[in-house]
Order: sequence, then C-alpha cells, then structure tokens
Amino acid sequence: MDAGTTAVLTLGGLQALLAALQSRDYRILGPRVRDGAIGYGDIASVADLPRGWGEEQSAGRYRLVRRDDEALFGYAVGPDTWKRFFHRPVEALWRSRRVDGEVQVIAEPEPAERLALIGVRACELRAIAIQDRVLRDGDYPDTRYRARRNAAFIVAVNCGQAGGNCFCVSMDAGPRATTGFDLALTELWEPGDHRFLIETGSAAGAEVLAELPHRIAAPDEIAAAGALVAATAAGMGRFLEAGDVRELLLANLEHPRWDVVAGRCLSCANCTMVCPTCFCTSVADSSALDGAETVRTQRWDSCFTADFSYVHGGSVRSTTRSRYRQWLTHKLATWHDQFDSSGCVGCGRCITWCPVGIDLTEEVAAIRAAPHAPEDP
Amino acid sequence: MEGLARIICAHPLFAGVHEDFCTLVCSCARNVRFEAGQHLVREGDAADYLYLLREGRVALEMSVPGRGAITFQTLEGGDLVGVSWLIPPYRWTHDAKALERTRAIALDATCLRRKCEADHDLGYALMQRFVPILIERLQGARLQMLDIYGN
Amino acid sequence: MAIERVGVAASAGPAEVPWPTRVCRRRQEAPDVWTLDLEAPVGAAAAFAPGQFNMLTVFGVGEIPVSLSGDPSRSQSWVHTVRAVGPVSQALATAPVGTVLGARGPYGSDWPLSVGLGRDILLIAGGLGLAPLRPAIYALLAARAHYGRLALCYGARGPRDLLFRREFARWARGMQVQTTVDHAPAGWSGRVGVVTRLIERADFRPERSLALVCGPEVMMRFAVAALRAAGVDDDYIYLSLERNMKCALARCGRCQLGGTLVCRDGPVMCYGRVGHLLRVPEL
Repeated sequence: MDAGTTAVLTLGGLQALLAALQSRDYRILGPRVRDGAIGYGDIASVADLPRGWGEEQSAGRYRLVRRDDEALFGYAVGPDTWKRFFHRPVEALWRSRRVDGEVQVIAEPEPAERLALIGVRACELRAIAIQDRVLRDGDYPDTRYRARRNAAFIVAVNCGQAGGNCFCVSMDAGPRATTGFDLALTELWEPGDHRFLIETGSAAGAEVLAELPHRIAAPDEIAAAGALVAATAAGMGRFLEAGDVRELLLANLEHPRWDVVAGRCLSCANCTMVCPTCFCTSVADSSALDGAETVRTQRWDSCFTADFSYVHGGSVRSTTRSRYRQWLTHKLATWHDQFDSSGCVGCGRCITWCPVGIDLTEEVAAIRAAPHAPEDP
Repeated sequence: MEGLARIICAHPLFAGVHEDFCTLVCSCARNVRFEAGQHLVREGDAADYLYLLREGRVALEMSVPGRGAITFQTLEGGDLVGVSWLIPPYRWTHDAKALERTRAIALDATCLRRKCEADHDLGYALMQRFVPILIERLQGARLQMLDIYGN
Repeated sequence: MAIERVGVAASAGPAEVPWPTRVCRRRQEAPDVWTLDLEAPVGAAAAFAPGQFNMLTVFGVGEIPVSLSGDPSRSQSWVHTVRAVGPVSQALATAPVGTVLGARGPYGSDWPLSVGLGRDILLIAGGLGLAPLRPAIYALLAARAHYGRLALCYGARGPRDLLFRREFARWARGMQVQTTVDHAPAGWSGRVGVVTRLIERADFRPERSLALVCGPEVMMRFAVAALRAAGVDDDYIYLSLERNMKCALARCGRCQLGGTLVCRDGPVMCYGRVGHLLRVPEL
C-alpha cells in the first residue's frame, strides 16, 4: 500500500461503494450467512454482510461462531466459491433446430451479466486467475466465461485472520491481494471506529473510488493494516512445502500412501465441488419430445466420478486410489505441465469439507517423509 | 562344412551357433518338403521330428468339435515348428499343416535328445535357442487370449 | 520434441458449437466399423493433417471424437471411420446418406511425417488403429521419393476385421504390407498370430526409422517393446493415444494422461516423451 494512493472508507463509504456499483448496473454478489455457513449471494446493502460472524474450521469440520467484534469480513472462506458465477454449474451451450430437412445450429447468446464481487480473498483472486488460464486464455476460449469474467468488477479483501485450514502462504497466493482486483479493502475495527483501507487496482476501480466519500490513509493506518495482514500470514493453519511438490508426487505415483488415503476417501467429490480451481465438466445432449429441437448442456463434473475416465467399455481409473491420486497429482503437480502454474491456492476448503477429513497437506507430508526410490526409466 | 550343416548354420534359429555344433546336429537332419494341404504333424502322434522352416507357410491348428480345424498360429521361413519334443511324453499337442509349398529341415528328435544328453554344451546351446522361442510364443499367445481388439 | 499441430480450427462462433454437415457416402469396413464421408461444411476448413480427429455430433444423442481416415490431399469431403460401441457411435455408424450431423475440428496433434523425411517409416496398426494411420499412408505414398523404406504391419481380431482390405494390393506397390489376425476361421490361409511378430519380418532399418503405432493400448505397449528390442530409438516412436474426450478444447479436463491433455498434446505423442506414463496402471 502506498501512502499516496491508499484511501480510507467508513461504513458509510462502503455503502456508497455498493450504491456506485448498483448505479453502474452491476449485479452485486457478496458474503452472506446462509445454511449455517458463509456463502456468496446477492447483496444490496452493508446490512446483508455477515457482520460479527466468524468460523472455526479443521479437517472435516466447519462451525459458524460469533465474533466479539463487528467485523464484516472476519471469517475465512466457506464452502462457496466464486467459480460458479463465471463457470456455471449448468449451462446450455447451443441448440439445434430441424426445419425442412435442414438443421440450424444456434449458439446460446453470450451472457450480458455484469457481476460485482465483494469480499474476494487473495486465494480466490489467484484461483480466478488460474481458471482464466484454463478457460479464457487457451487456444479455444470459453466465450461465456470470458464475457462474464471480463465484465466483472472485483472488490478484494485482505484477510484479517487465517483459517484453521488455510495455507495460502505456502502456495504464495496470499493473504495479501496483490493483483487481479479493481479495489482492495483491509478492514480495521475498533470499538466505535470501523474503517476500511482501500487501494485501487485498475482504472475502473479508481473511477469508482473517486465517487466515494473517502480520505487519504494515514501512515499509522497503513502500518496497522500491514501488521494485520502480516499476522494473518504468520497464523496459517496449515503448511505445504510447495517448491518441489510436483517432482515429489510424480516420483511417487506408486507410493503406499495412496492406498492409505484410498482406504478413507469416499470418492464423494466434495473436494472438487468446493475447490475454487477445479473446472472439469461433462456435456449432455437432450431433445424435445418431437425431436425437432435439441440442446447441449454443459455441467460440472468431477474426476472422482466412476465414469469420468470411461473409454472402451471401462474406466481407466476404476479404483478410488487412482482417482484420488489423479486429483491430487493434477492439483499440485501436472497442473504445472498443463497450465504453467500450481492448481492449488491454499484455501483449505478441501480439508474442511471432506467428510472424513482428508488433509492434502498431511498426505504430501507423509509421502515426503518416506519417498519411494526413483524408478529406473 | 557339409551342405546340410551349412544350411542349418544359416537358419535364423542357429544364428551364432558354433559350426561344430551345426555339424553335430546335422547328423540328425534331412531336407524335407511339404505340398499345400499336407500335414507336418498330427495331434497325439509321437513327436519324432522338429522342423526348421526354410520357406513357405505352416498353420498350427487344433481340431475343435463343431468348429473344425482352428488355426491359432501361422509360421514361416525362419521359424521352428514343434516344441513338444522337448518334454515327455514327447507327443504333439496340435496339428501342423502346410498352407503352401513349404521346404524345411527335419531334425530327428530322438537323435537330437540323445546328442544333447551326451554333450551338455550342445544341449545348452540348443536350449539357448529354443527357450526364447517358447517365451515369445507364450507372450504372443497371451496377447491373442486377451482379445485386445474386442470391446 | 516439438508437437506438430495443424493450425487451430477456424470457427465463426464459440469453438464448442458444431457445423451442420451431411453424410454423403457410407461404407461398411468390418462387422462393427463404418466409414462415413461428410460434406465439408461451407466456410469451414476441411483440411486436416494425418492423425487428427473431428468431434461428430448426432443431434439429440451426443458427440464423440472420430478419426479422420481419408486422403488429406482431398478436402472436398471429410472421411471418418467409426466403430459402433455406444449410443453415439452406433447412431453415426447407421446414419443413412443424407443425414445431417454436427461436426467440428480438426483437433489434435498429427503424425510427424516431416521427422521421417529420408528415414524408413514403419507403421504398426491394430484393429481400428489403421483408421488414423491411413491418411499417413496416403501422404507417404504420394511423396514416396522423400522417404526410405515403407512398411505396414497390421493385425486385427479376425479376417473380417481387417479394415480397408481392398486397398492393400494398391498400397503394396509402394510399400511392404503384412497382415495377421488373432483368430482365424476355417479356411483362412493368411497369417495367424500377434501383430508384433510381423515386426521381425518388416522391411526397415531400425537405426534410421520412424515408427508410427496405433491400436489398443496393450498392443501398443508390446509393439513398442518389440521396436525398442529391435533398436528403434524412443524419440522416433510415435503412438496415437486415446482418453475420454468431451470437449477436444482442453477445457473439460477429462482426457488427462499425467501432465498431458490428449486432445491438445495428442492424440499423437512421442514415446520418448510419454512412455513412462503408460507404464503406470490407471494413471
């Protein structure tokens, strides 16, 4: 944060931010308490945000808890991710219509949604960037993802506390938001004084900020914000040695640890559903009863499903062991080969939402502790 | 070297074998020829001979009631027909039929077994030649059995 | 080794939307295998490189990858060979002339024929694997003088499963053609035995060859073992691999094989690069 460009908003300023976004016809999405967790939904006012709510997370466990302050963003990420707004769980791709022996194929119209995301954490920014690489920036961009993504306005939040399963520091993905946002907030709360430091990350962000009531941040406020984020970084719940994890996993594809984790894994696919970077999909074709019109629909899928790798009368990965190995080695190792980055941002959701509490940082550590000898080629 | 010994030494199966061994084996050998449709061996018969094919094509068959004679392997010049002579009871477990005019060297199995007993170096040299063929046939049979082209 | 890839398929709209096209010819190659000629869609590039595939849609049923199996120098129509094993392939295989299907492509990497210039080329095919190799055969024979010896080793389950049999005699004028079957009916006087046995008799010089292999994965593993035993270098052995593909656009994640995406980095891949992946069961 720079002394000259960091501003400060009050709660009123934050409300004005929402109003400014509404006046620009954005659909505003932000955190809300919902179904016993903090998830993302439409918000209209600061009052919709989870004021005073926090959570406790550990392997296979999540509980909302009441904080002893009134912080709006005093929680670590919950089961919801932003990916379902850009990369929809279910989406029609194209339709065909049979008319006089000819068939017309019509692509679904490009989405015109303008989404404003409030409260995006650094790990989530990294996850969005990772999905951009896969879905938007390849040889064949997903044009619907691209349209939604390019039209989006992102207000990030620097985390004021680390979650029990967080390890963004290990993945160099947080807790400080450095890129990929239009505006970034750091919340400072004291009794009677609720402020938000705000930085701009783009021209669009600067333009919005100019309309809001704000003042320039004082050096001590900047220092306080910096200290808060540093404390978050020091308080990570988990750790993963990421530097050589790709080589470690690829050298240990037959390690006995895979059998151990396979004995616990239910192949339930929760981890892939809550992971902010998982992107796998399937398609299904369906037709109207008279067969004159058909539609192809894309939907989320998971590498944990039995027929994900189906070919020639059987699945290549027919065992839970092979599927868990696929998921973890893809996330931490082969993602590098395919997309030039790690697939993991250290958000810890897979640890929290695994029904049996499998912790990938623990799995990696176990393999690292007793690696197999390298196989001869 | 005698003409037949030279032919034996030139056969791919005996590539690299010392010519003395070829000469030893030669005394158990003679030239033979089969016309298309002629059987070299029949299932159940005594495995008295083995055949080093020089040219032509031979089908190894088994007779399956209701399906007739099923070919499970074809062999050509350079191949060996007959491994049953290696182990008791020295009886053929399949038929072998020439599909076209086929020239071969027939080796008397009894003669060969006796020579191998008398000269273990000869025996070892011949085993070094026959065992790889057996292994290769086994590997091929496995692949055929897996029905890899099936669904 | 650089992955050879024909330019990204041109598309007026989003890449996952197929063009409507019509079946203009069909012919049965084997009990469960058909070849379909599709009209090249108006405005779309019908050019393809040997080894590539298209995604074919049967409206209301689904979409699958199908090998382009025709002559790459003739781009008026797209020739595909498909085996009927599931609902979509069954519908494709039985689609009468005139049926409107959806098509998009071509996708994937191609056989690296330029790597083989001046070399002997050994093609090893099993079953349906001859289909994505046939365009390479046409291309090699059309430029015969640029290559050394050419040899094809082709095996199938039975005599009726040997694809494109009518063309063998013509091919044999420019290359060595050997065929074999695993199971023979009574009266068959051709070869019986696994296709890897044909390699011993193939006309090629291992130290200056390029091997192109396509067939069931088990067969490819054994063929590669035989090629390596014969002295062919790993970097001169190419395989055509297959995994579940739903998008062919490197976006659905299903076709992963280790660090590769078969639709983008394959299906043709160099054994030297991916061989170690094939040795890990269920990867």
